[in-house]
Amino acid sequence: MSEAQQNNNGAERSLSLEEIFEQRIANDEKIEPKDWMPEKYRKTHIRQISQHAHSEIIGMLPEGNWITRAPSLRRKVALLAKVQDEAGHGLYLYSACETLGISREELYEQLHSGKAKYSSIFNYPTITWADMGAIGWLVDGAAIINQVPLCNTSYGPYARAMIRVCKEESFHQRQGFEIMLTLCNGTEAQKQMAQDALNRWWWPSLMMLGPTDAESIHTEQSMKWKLKRKTNDDLRQQFIDQTVPQADILGLTIPDPDLKWNEETGHYDFGEIDWDEFWQVVKGHGPCNKERMNARVGAWERGTWVRDAAMAYAEKQQNKKENQAKAG
Amino acid sequence: MNKNWPLWEIFVRSKNGLEHRHFGSLHAADAEMALENARDVYTRRSEGVSIWVVESKHITASNPEHNGELFEPAQDKIYRHPTFYDLPDDVKHM
Repeated sequence: MSEAQQNNNGAERSLSLEEIFEQRIANDEKIEPKDWMPEKYRKTHIRQISQHAHSEIIGMLPEGNWITRAPSLRRKVALLAKVQDEAGHGLYLYSACETLGISREELYEQLHSGKAKYSSIFNYPTITWADMGAIGWLVDGAAIINQVPLCNTSYGPYARAMIRVCKEESFHQRQGFEIMLTLCNGTEAQKQMAQDALNRWWWPSLMMLGPTDAESIHTEQSMKWKLKRKTNDDLRQQFIDQTVPQADILGLTIPDPDLKWNEETGHYDFGEIDWDEFWQVVKGHGPCNKERMNARVGAWERGTWVRDAAMAYAEKQQNKKENQAKAG
Repeated sequence: MNKNWPLWEIFVRSKNGLEHRHFGSLHAADAEMALENARDVYTRRSEGVSIWVVESKHITASNPEHNGELFEPAQDKIYRHPTFYDLPDDVKHM
């Protein structure tokens, strides 16, 4: 028995447990579901993992909009597979979250009541086919930058889910870029469509990486727990630096007059982000917040009888088996 | 009614010759549905050739707080390892 466990003084004991816990994380040990953890660690992880899961589930809606209207069978199977992956990613993440002692029903309830958030980017509309390209290229690109460091996070089930998610995500971005490239090599009207999509998705994609470090209330604690390995501003800079040359290959213009290469820093300088817009969308006033929630809650409610019927059938089969066993 | 689907643990053999490994969990009304859902959730890219599903409530897990009593007794039994035994260098194939 360790010294910490032998100490009977309640306050000192819990402090020591916490010190041991922080030490384990500092040593890059993983925390598993049944290990002791501070309540704040549990709560923060429930918040972040569930928000991530909800984003995958709501993220299916803007793209689902275009499945039936994909321009070719090749594009249609790819989009279907991508949306199906997103459902899968949501499920990996929900089950990782449930290991922290919250039920799936509670998680859904938090999403449906608006208590839990999802990524604000999915509150923008997908009005042309080029939006499927821009989402794959930019939104999945930003998501990958966010997610790769999480493969190394301290909570075992989350890290394992993220490894699987990242493995599957890279096709998402490539299929998006291919859509953009095809449009850019097409007619003038098609190229314009691609430019218009970039114009609309560029700034929301930058916002997707979260508030600036000065405004981000959770960053410090999350860095300590390795729930975050890089700050929002670092991730954003990385995203811009790698995306600008890709836009050059497409022959598209990033909609930021202040964007320019800075020889000294070795990074791109960029213009002011409209954070008022970001907070408006987070608070529920984006172009599609209502539509997304209605679609999600409606699907859940209309599915009730299916879930109940499946459960009733399972019980009936079980009873039948038991009765046969008794009779036999 | 309002009865929630129970939780299942999913084990997948990625190819013959390898053991089934824990892949994650999911909700399903019964074992058959758990298998079908596991196929869709965990093997979309040919990750498996065989799936086991076990309802989570049937798994008994050891408590990490008892790791000392459970696992430490093995630590001082170094005579269970081949390097414990001193042999001259010119002994081959051993």
